[in-house]
Amino acid sequence: MDLQIALLLGQDGIVNGAIYALLALALVLVFAVTRVIFIPQGEFVAYGALTLASLQAGQVPGTLWLLLACGVAVAVIDAPASLRFGKGRFAKLLGWQVLYPIVVAALVLGTAPGDWPMALQVLLALAVVVPLGPQLYRLAYQPIAEAPVLVLLIVSVAVHLALVGLGLLFFGAEGSRTPAFSEASFDIGGLTITGQSLWVIGASAVLIVALYIFFEKSLYGKALRATAVNRAGARLMGISTTLAGKLTFLLAAMIGTLSGILIAPITTVYYDTGFLIGLKGFVGAIVGGLASYPVAAAGALLVGLLEAFSSFWASAFKEVIVFTLIIPVLVWRSLASRHHEEEE
Amino acid sequence: MTDNSSEPILEVNDLCVSYGKVEALHHVSLKVRPGEIVTVIGPNGAGKTTLLSAIMGVLPFTHGEIRYQGEASRHIDIEQMVARGMTLVPEKRELFGDMSVADNLLLGAFMRRRLGFRDERDTLERVYGIFPRLRERHQQTAGTLSGGERQMLAVGRALMAQPKILMLDEPSLGLAPLIVREIFRVIGDLRDLGVAILLVEQNARAALQVSDYGYVLETGEIALAGPSDQLEDDPKVVESYLGLGGKH
Repeated sequence: MDLQIALLLGQDGIVNGAIYALLALALVLVFAVTRVIFIPQGEFVAYGALTLASLQAGQVPGTLWLLLACGVAVAVIDAPASLRFGKGRFAKLLGWQVLYPIVVAALVLGTAPGDWPMALQVLLALAVVVPLGPQLYRLAYQPIAEAPVLVLLIVSVAVHLALVGLGLLFFGAEGSRTPAFSEASFDIGGLTITGQSLWVIGASAVLIVALYIFFEKSLYGKALRATAVNRAGARLMGISTTLAGKLTFLLAAMIGTLSGILIAPITTVYYDTGFLIGLKGFVGAIVGGLASYPVAAAGALLVGLLEAFSSFWASAFKEVIVFTLIIPVLVWRSLASRHHEEEE
Repeated sequence: MTDNSSEPILEVNDLCVSYGKVEALHHVSLKVRPGEIVTVIGPNGAGKTTLLSAIMGVLPFTHGEIRYQGEASRHIDIEQMVARGMTLVPEKRELFGDMSVADNLLLGAFMRRRLGFRDERDTLERVYGIFPRLRERHQQTAGTLSGGERQMLAVGRALMAQPKILMLDEPSLGLAPLIVREIFRVIGDLRDLGVAILLVEQNARAALQVSDYGYVLETGEIALAGPSDQLEDDPKVVESYLGLGGKH
């Protein structure tokens, strides 16, 4: 291996690591606020990439039907409770869960998003996929919000399997790749850096900074942190578990979908690609003990680099090496930190 | 400022609460009027915390009625109670330990912000006026505060919601006498601002001194009730809770 190959692999590792870092942050966030290990995180990556691809191909993405169906389901389930709080709450429910999906559907079906500029296509893909996050929380997790972590994990596995199956139904077994955001490439000392790599790293960095500002400065960001720190205390301030859960899932879905859109030009995404990508984010999150955001992000970068270099030396064992990382990390964590019993 | 003719802001009628098969509260009734301090005293395990939890909507009740502002609450919905001006300072304080004192206080106004009020900066100044210590410590994380400061923060955070009724669960628990006096001074000042206060205490003497009306809760039942100055002289209360010359 010479320097040039090392730099190339390093670039690859950092680009993938940036995506894993985003997913790791989302996993830590979801776990801290709701105690859910969000295995379906990866499905949002796949849905994001494939929804964008089918919009660009002039097809109707199946995720649109899922958005409509989940909207109706949420509206039906929440209608009685919202009516109890008055007409305003009911109108809001109908607006978000029925009217909004119809508007998005009208945009997809009534216009030709395939001819739109790419930035608008990306926004439309986000508009289709991201609301599935809070809807999923409402349908799958909110009814069991007080359940033990293990039950929440089992539900996560079920949701993951259901979403992968739907992904196959919606997008078929064929993979898709979208055109790059930018065809530019830069030559620095013999190393070629593609515009898309810069897009991924730049977008990830911007998103991480934006999340940091959201959690440090905004009231809702602080409310989510408060829920993570002390659920009972947060509820007494009127920060309901439901509100916190939906907001968290909205953020996680947004991060997952954007990650998918960012990697779609680099790698061919299949309906089940998301799981593996999500798992690598999970390894990063585990390095941070599912609690520390900076360590999780650093761990995810490490996963990306490890993956890139092992694909050079032992490409057949690439995944094995990455997931084996979790064993020394767990041993180190169990030795380094005192064990905390889960508070119930 | 007590106005005995006014409508109660909170009315508990014939309330029963059970944990599984064990009934923790038997047919408890009480009233709190606006601008009044009502205290519930009683030994450990009498059901005082259970009573506050049921009123706040944290716990379901099996029988009876809780009327807040003339309206009976049927569903367990803390969010709704907070929105309507009820705030509970729990026995365990439940502060946000990793967050700064200022952030803890601001989150106390979370529901007001959601309801569209934008006056949390003014309220924050008022709370800092009441507890100057919190202003000094505003950048520290809540977890690093002393016991007394933590209680001040818990009360201050509750005040950020500008409650119509404030419920305090054992505010003096585990605190030094000087700080207890400080907390009770603040409770007295709040009443003068028109806030109704429901105070649950084991420190019966301090609670009866500051309050207008008192209830004695024993093993889930109201054993005695009356104006606080009368309860202070009641021989049974003196013997069991005040211990003034009660030795035979």
